[in-house]
Amino acid sequence: MLIILILYLVLAFALFLIPKNISKQTPLLIALVQLGIFAFFINYLPNIAAGHVINQSIAWIPHLELNLEFTLDGLSLIFALLISFIGFLVFVYAKTYMKSYTGTARFYFYLTLFSGSMMGLVLSSNFIQLFIFWELTSILSFLLISFFNEKEQARKAAFQSLFVTGFGGLCLFVGIILIGSIVDSYSLSVWLENADVIRSDNKYFPALVLVLLGVFTKSAQFPFHFWLLGAMQAPTPVSAYLHSATMVKAGIFLLMRLYPVLGGTIEWTYIVSVIGALTMLVGAYVAVTQIDIKLILAYTTISALGILTLLLGIDTKLSVKAALVFLFVHAFYKAALFMLAGFLTKISGTRVLYKFGGLIKHTPWGFIIAMLALLSMAGIPPMLGFIGKELIYEAKFESPWVSSLLIVLGVTANVFMVAVSFLLLFKIFWGESRMDVTSALSKYKYLLISPGILALLSLGLGLFPDLLATLIEPAISIIRGYDIQLKLKLWHGFNLILGISIITVLGGTLLFIFIYNNKGAISAWQRINNRLFSIDFTRVFSTGLEKFITFSSKNTHLIQHGYNRYYIITIIIFTSLLLSFQLYMNRGWEINSDFTLRPFYISGLVVIITLSALMSVFSKNSIFTVTAMAVTGYGISLIYLYYSAVDLAITQIIIETLMVVMFVLVLRRLPNFIKLSGRSTKIRDAVIALSFGVIMTFLALKAINVDIHPSISDYFVENSAVKAYGKNVVNVILVDFRALDTMGEVTVLVIAALGVFTLLNLKKSGK
Amino acid sequence: MNSIILQIASKYLRIIFLLFAFIALFRGHNQPGGGFIGGLLAALYIVYDSLAFTSDQIKQQLKVRPESYMGVGLLCVLLSFLPSIVTGAPLMQGAWLSVDSSVFGEIKLGTPLLFDLGVFIAVMGVTLMFLFTLSTKK
Amino acid sequence: MEILLSALTGLLYAGGVYLILRRSILKFIIGIIFLSNATNLLVFLSAGIIHGKPAFINEHEPDPNLLADPLPQALVLTAIVIGFGIVIFTLALKAKFFSATSTDDSDELINTDQ
Repeated sequence: MLIILILYLVLAFALFLIPKNISKQTPLLIALVQLGIFAFFINYLPNIAAGHVINQSIAWIPHLELNLEFTLDGLSLIFALLISFIGFLVFVYAKTYMKSYTGTARFYFYLTLFSGSMMGLVLSSNFIQLFIFWELTSILSFLLISFFNEKEQARKAAFQSLFVTGFGGLCLFVGIILIGSIVDSYSLSVWLENADVIRSDNKYFPALVLVLLGVFTKSAQFPFHFWLLGAMQAPTPVSAYLHSATMVKAGIFLLMRLYPVLGGTIEWTYIVSVIGALTMLVGAYVAVTQIDIKLILAYTTISALGILTLLLGIDTKLSVKAALVFLFVHAFYKAALFMLAGFLTKISGTRVLYKFGGLIKHTPWGFIIAMLALLSMAGIPPMLGFIGKELIYEAKFESPWVSSLLIVLGVTANVFMVAVSFLLLFKIFWGESRMDVTSALSKYKYLLISPGILALLSLGLGLFPDLLATLIEPAISIIRGYDIQLKLKLWHGFNLILGISIITVLGGTLLFIFIYNNKGAISAWQRINNRLFSIDFTRVFSTGLEKFITFSSKNTHLIQHGYNRYYIITIIIFTSLLLSFQLYMNRGWEINSDFTLRPFYISGLVVIITLSALMSVFSKNSIFTVTAMAVTGYGISLIYLYYSAVDLAITQIIIETLMVVMFVLVLRRLPNFIKLSGRSTKIRDAVIALSFGVIMTFLALKAINVDIHPSISDYFVENSAVKAYGKNVVNVILVDFRALDTMGEVTVLVIAALGVFTLLNLKKSGK
Repeated sequence: MNSIILQIASKYLRIIFLLFAFIALFRGHNQPGGGFIGGLLAALYIVYDSLAFTSDQIKQQLKVRPESYMGVGLLCVLLSFLPSIVTGAPLMQGAWLSVDSSVFGEIKLGTPLLFDLGVFIAVMGVTLMFLFTLSTKK
Repeated sequence: MEILLSALTGLLYAGGVYLILRRSILKFIIGIIFLSNATNLLVFLSAGIIHGKPAFINEHEPDPNLLADPLPQALVLTAIVIGFGIVIFTLALKAKFFSATSTDDSDELINTDQ
């Protein structure tokens, strides 16, 4: 399975090597690869259906017990099939769709990488690894949404989606680590074995909430749904692929993956199903009043994601089955509808629903495809959508708690769905023709291939649902932990569920007729909605972010004021406090040495150093300052000389000389000091400096009198002549015992010299 | 400054300075001295020269640019590690060669001397670089 | 003598801190030199000071314990040369800053990074 991921990676980078003259065919090439990968996975179907699970483990960072672990079971297989198959169709579609834009190489690069990361996500059975792929999909989604990066809106939307999904990703990461800390492993198999331990641990609830935050942000659940609306700024192939068929389903995938580990508890049931139900309702309700066709589709996508979440929340035998069927249903019709929306926008140049009309005359094929897809969305036989909806109703009936409420909510949401479907179909294709599209039609007719295939699949699988059943059965056993015989039928006979379906369709049709005939209805409704849902999530998000930034920049300014000397004061005072605390804590040491002034010439030297230091500090003439500083240095070198450090003394003298020369060279260019600080500042600084000096005096005394570790110098002294053939121990340490340090030092000097050279010799660029 | 006395004197002082620098370098292993001190002493002679000549004149006399000194110095330092790598000994272990000469008696030549020579050349180059850069008038 | 030298170290530290708190960048650099000298002295002192016994192996004096400690000497020697490099680099920075802004006042720096 690793080979598949490597294939995607290599393919993505190889795209830049494709010669210009055949680069137009790039998407077809990728589409073919996707088809090949689809075939590769289809090959495994009989094996998986027989109940086998294929594992692959590659050592990655063995010391951290991190391995690349992949697993191909029923669940990852259906996602892998969806990713490669829809990927195939999307690339075929994108070839026509993207040909008028520049930067397509980048686009296909991102999209191929996305396919690979999504594939990696569903195949991973190590959760750290899964998280990495999870974040990769978020980042690639960001890059794809901002593909038209010259548009400010696209940039903002991309940032927003990255922010929301990135936030969720971090939550998920913490959640994964929490669970990992319970069982001390990140491997799926270990988690599955210890599911009971995890569920009864007291870290279970926080971990669950964090993981669910990750899932809800990724799968655009209320109230994080708003990023998906912004994501509609992306080119249509991206909307079809990432934001309806695959990436937003990653959250659903994780819910299914973790269901045997985390699911089945009362917390899981409540949180997941309530959020799912809310999302389902809000998405469907708001979809009716939108006028931008892509936004309508986005809202219905949110609603569908809500249904999937709800189904995984209510803990019934049928709900997982219903969720898996609906996963396919939705992937097929929604990807088709997004592609159609892109087609319609291309030929007409608009996305506003009410500008369309009468397109059936111009593009009958488009009408047929749209009809099939929309019927599936509305859940009308003989489409696959009908089977999905029936199953959902059935699952809700089985729910042990508040099944009647769930049914009412479900019917309400579906009524809106039906109304939206009819509204889209009739507003676009019916009525009088208001636009001339014949010229653009022939140019974009290939855009109908991919949605056509998907629509046919919706119809075909609706008529022969057993094909789907074989795919889904192994996945259910993975999620629920036991085998289920799955019978999918279009016709269930007359029963309660059929009755509810009929009520749904009737209600939706009535709602549609009402909206269709009353021109003002939608706008009036929108006004009501604006009152009702006065919270604009996107606005809340952006103002919240702005407030946060101004707040932090204000507070940062208090600490980061930019005045060098106040930083230094802070550092010095803090160091003084810490040092004096440490000295106080270890005050039980004695001063062994007596206070003497002998030999007198050293005492005299100390006086000279003191005087020259004072002069250097207080002098107003810069030449005096530098000269006095040099006198201080020479004095110190004499101290070194007296106390047996000959090499040190020589070095110090030469360095001091060189330093004075170079200061004078620079000082030629500088003016004299000017008075910059007032009297009180000087006194304050003097107090700080003196107290620091006093503390350092005590530190020096303590350093002389306290000996904690035995010195390693004896080794150097003993071995200097024997092993290194040198009698000057200091030099032997420098060039032999500690040669690496010396080499580092010389390198630093060379870098400093190069830095000086570049600083002063390079000409100002740009001026 | 453009003093004829200094210019003439520097011709002779130069030899003395460099002689001292090399003595400091070579005796450094047994007596006070070494690469740092030697390199700094050699640089001091240029400082003295800079009193007599302009920096352009000095650069012309030097013929080798300070960057090259720095590079050659670092190269010597690295080369001194080579024997220990070749022989498989712990990195930077000194390798010694005994040379018997009738004039000086037994002389021990080892990689630490090469190392010290590298330090010498690099430190001289660095100081020259500082000096030339800071003294260039804009 | 240790006490007097410790006091000298403290004085050098005090002078250095006072100088790096000045607004003049040149004084700041000289303050750095003071601080590095003071630190060198501190390291040198901390090993104990011995008069007149440099760390040279001598056939006539086999007892190595009587020699001055060579390790801090090697450390300080390195520190002196490195400190030299740092000071010159700071000096070059200062020269560049002066040629760009014609001022020696570090308070003028606060707005340059915006």
